[in-house]
Amino acid sequence: MKKITLIMALLLTAGMSMQAISDSVSSLRGGNDIDNDSTTTPAKKYNKDGEPIARDYVQQPPLIPHKITNYRINLKSNKCMSCHSWADYREAGATKISQTHFESRDKHVLANVSARRYFCTQCHVPQVDAKPLVENEFTPITAISGQQ
Amino acid sequence: MSNKNSKECNDMILCRIWQVLKKPSVTYSLGTLLVVGFISGVLFWGGFNTAMEMTNNEDFCISCHEMEDNVYQEYKQTIHYSNRTGVRATCPDCHVPKEWNHKVVRKIQASNELLHKALGTIDTREKFEGKRLQLASNVWKAMKKTDSRECRNCHNFEYMDFGEQGRRAVKAHSEGLDAGKTCIDCHKGIAHELPDMHDVDPGSSIGDI
Repeated sequence: MKKITLIMALLLTAGMSMQAISDSVSSLRGGNDIDNDSTTTPAKKYNKDGEPIARDYVQQPPLIPHKITNYRINLKSNKCMSCHSWADYREAGATKISQTHFESRDKHVLANVSARRYFCTQCHVPQVDAKPLVENEFTPITAISGQQ
Repeated sequence: MSNKNSKECNDMILCRIWQVLKKPSVTYSLGTLLVVGFISGVLFWGGFNTAMEMTNNEDFCISCHEMEDNVYQEYKQTIHYSNRTGVRATCPDCHVPKEWNHKVVRKIQASNELLHKALGTIDTREKFEGKRLQLASNVWKAMKKTDSRECRNCHNFEYMDFGEQGRRAVKAHSEGLDAGKTCIDCHKGIAHELPDMHDVDPGSSIGDI
């Protein structure tokens, strides 16, 4: 009898604390009732075509100053490389791929782009014209920005 | 002459039909022949074109699983299927010429595709992938030969407003126009996935790892 009372007391406490948690956690839907449509922010559009974007810090992968929608990068083809490869960059007027991308992780120089550098969008990303979500006071060092 | 032939023809039915065909006005009046000939001509011609147009729509194209499971699924992800203006280019818009004579030639070539459908040449995804470079090359070669005729049903260098295009497009299009390039020279793989491009453009593919 004592045991049953104890278990019931524990369950009651657990139930009450669960209730407390669910009150304090808000779901991804926010405070919206299930009947109401949730509001979404409109999808941002990538910047169309621009001049190369200046880098902000040393070792920053250059940003992509154009749209890359539907550009395919897989083992069979790499759309980026049809302009940015050493074979094609002159005709395309594009920035050529860095020689550092032809090295294996053991610093062996390869005849083509290294597999670990092949998937461009792992590091290089296109931009949208969006306001920063939080205030940011970062300024590039003068060696990069050229400003005193 | 005809008497001699009729005598020889007595027992042969084919020979008698030949006689009627050779000199029909013996049996029918010229008026009847003209009217019947005209009407059957209209019916035949209309029927022929209707039948040909029935093979010229997307439903027909994807009625075989080779098309529906491979190229059609890939095309559904592209701008020619879904875009901001709602204009859609379906299979025959790009793959069948609009002009009648070119269309008939293409339709006759398609009989080879029926043969390979029967042989099951690309009846699995793996077989299709294995043949993709060859199949894509065929289309690229045909497009190159016709100066991308089917693209130009909708897209025309002369109608392009370069002011509305992006920086890269203006450069590529104005230089392409001067160099006498055709659409397919640059715009490969826009409606379907590409084959392994290592042999076509070694710079744009990783090849063997």
